[in-house]
Amino acid sequence: MRYLLRRLLLVPVPLIFVIAFVFVVLRLTGDPVAIYLGLDATPEQEAVLRAELHLDKPVPVQFGYFLLDLLRGDFGTSIQFKRPAMEVVAERLGSTLQLLSLGLLLAIVLGVLGGVACAVWKDKVPDFLISVLAVAGQSMPSFWLGILLIQLFALDLQWLPTSGQGGWEHMVLPVVTLATFLVPNFILVMRVSVLETAREQFVVTARARGAGPARALWLHILPNAINPVVSLVGLQLGRLMGGAVVTESIFAWPGVGRLMVSAIFQRDVPIVIAAVFIVAVTIVLANLLVDLVQAAIDPRIRLR
Amino acid sequence: MKWFGPRLKIQIGIVLVLGMCVLAIFAPLLAPHDPYTQNLMLRLKPPVWDDRGSWAYPLGTDNFGRDLLSRLIYGSRLSIVVGLMAMLVALTFGTTLGLVAGYLGGRTEQVIMRFADGYQAIPEILLAIVVVAVFGGGVVVLVLVLGFAGWESYTRVAFNLTRSLRERPFVEAAVASGAGGRYVMWRHILPQMSPVLTVIATLQVGQLILQETALSFLGLGLPPPTATWGNILAEGRDRLLVAPWIANLAGIAIVLLVLGVNLLGNGLRETLDPRRADRR
Repeated sequence: MRYLLRRLLLVPVPLIFVIAFVFVVLRLTGDPVAIYLGLDATPEQEAVLRAELHLDKPVPVQFGYFLLDLLRGDFGTSIQFKRPAMEVVAERLGSTLQLLSLGLLLAIVLGVLGGVACAVWKDKVPDFLISVLAVAGQSMPSFWLGILLIQLFALDLQWLPTSGQGGWEHMVLPVVTLATFLVPNFILVMRVSVLETAREQFVVTARARGAGPARALWLHILPNAINPVVSLVGLQLGRLMGGAVVTESIFAWPGVGRLMVSAIFQRDVPIVIAAVFIVAVTIVLANLLVDLVQAAIDPRIRLR
Repeated sequence: MKWFGPRLKIQIGIVLVLGMCVLAIFAPLLAPHDPYTQNLMLRLKPPVWDDRGSWAYPLGTDNFGRDLLSRLIYGSRLSIVVGLMAMLVALTFGTTLGLVAGYLGGRTEQVIMRFADGYQAIPEILLAIVVVAVFGGGVVVLVLVLGFAGWESYTRVAFNLTRSLRERPFVEAAVASGAGGRYVMWRHILPQMSPVLTVIATLQVGQLILQETALSFLGLGLPPPTATWGNILAEGRDRLLVAPWIANLAGIAIVLLVLGVNLLGNGLRETLDPRRADRR
């Protein structure tokens, strides 16, 4: 309980960083009035908009208004869609969450299995092959991997669609591409973690008392060795989101990432801010979830 | 699998990395054509191993008839420069903070380390996208954005190492003989942690290069027609059916460089820091 409270207190900290950062960057970009109105605006129009956007007030007051707007979920009106930016972003959030959660799930399954296989057959052929694949995977730009998958499975074999959203067959390639962002790291961390846990006293004791290698692995080693991978999930959520931006762009997946990139090209600032804010909130909440899962499986963290 | 040890990894890594650096430095001498000269008569010529290819354009041409080999050679420049410079930014900033926090302790430590914790929870890639979107993807912007996105790992490592090194006799002796804080940090503590920092820095360069090419690929790096690997890959993506070699050769170029850097980093880790190299 104390752990939960302490952890909840930390939730707003990264969000405040992000908000302050976005505010500073926006104020450095120059005059938003010029962006909204274009070149042929009259001075009267500019003055009206300036007052409307509170740009005639001191900077700290502007920041206050900025915060108030964010709290109300008011990110301004999208220039492309002529609708509240928040609404447009919220519509795409589901697609992104679907991609993220499936990709993360696949990455965890493959990473844990791969890492365990490496540790079990340490210095044998499987370990070598998987480790080499993992290092190669770390050197692979995922956007090229996505394009290779499109060439092979969509253009040559025609088993799967190249892009877009639809049934499960539309999800295979994007999810695999996104998962490869994280799988190599998960494998390497899991491998080391299993090897290190296997040397712990409690494992040696269990073996000495007659537990076979399989029982020792499943009951004694794995529950303890999984921890570093869970913390890694938390640390890599930001990278995963970056991967989602790239993946959505390659496969024309209608999510927040693709929306954000196209909004950047259209100079649609309200959409960009709303997307960044929503994604930051998602990541912070996911981080909280990861920490709670970790506390649930490892009592040492709760009691610290 | 003893034969694939740190030694071989470092050797392969150095060959790949040095090879790419030579290409980047001597690009004007090595590139067979100008990377920006368009020739619409020679559009989308396939590479030399295809029946329709020729040695005049060994890796074929792109949609504007520009020589792909020359564009790839010039493209290595941006990736290498941004990867190295961003690493230096992160290394300098992160290590300084960690060193100061670990050496001074107390309130300084609290402020710096809590700052690093808070910063770690921020999705840096998003902030990078915002900054690049607003200021454009110039070289300086890319270096600063990627550099300041990845400094916390240095801070954490430098902090932990400094805290344990501070208690060691040679540091206490230096302090007792009147050495100032800056001198002790610079001459006694920093050299002790340089092997670990070297390993982290090398591995980070690989990740930074991948991030740079990803931003370029999304169209958030240097704008076309600049020859960057990400730009070339993005252009090739639109012509996958007629000219798959454009995207794939750019992908191979990226993999060769990043793989070289990663092999070098892994080999160095197993050599310099055997304790953390999972006792292979």
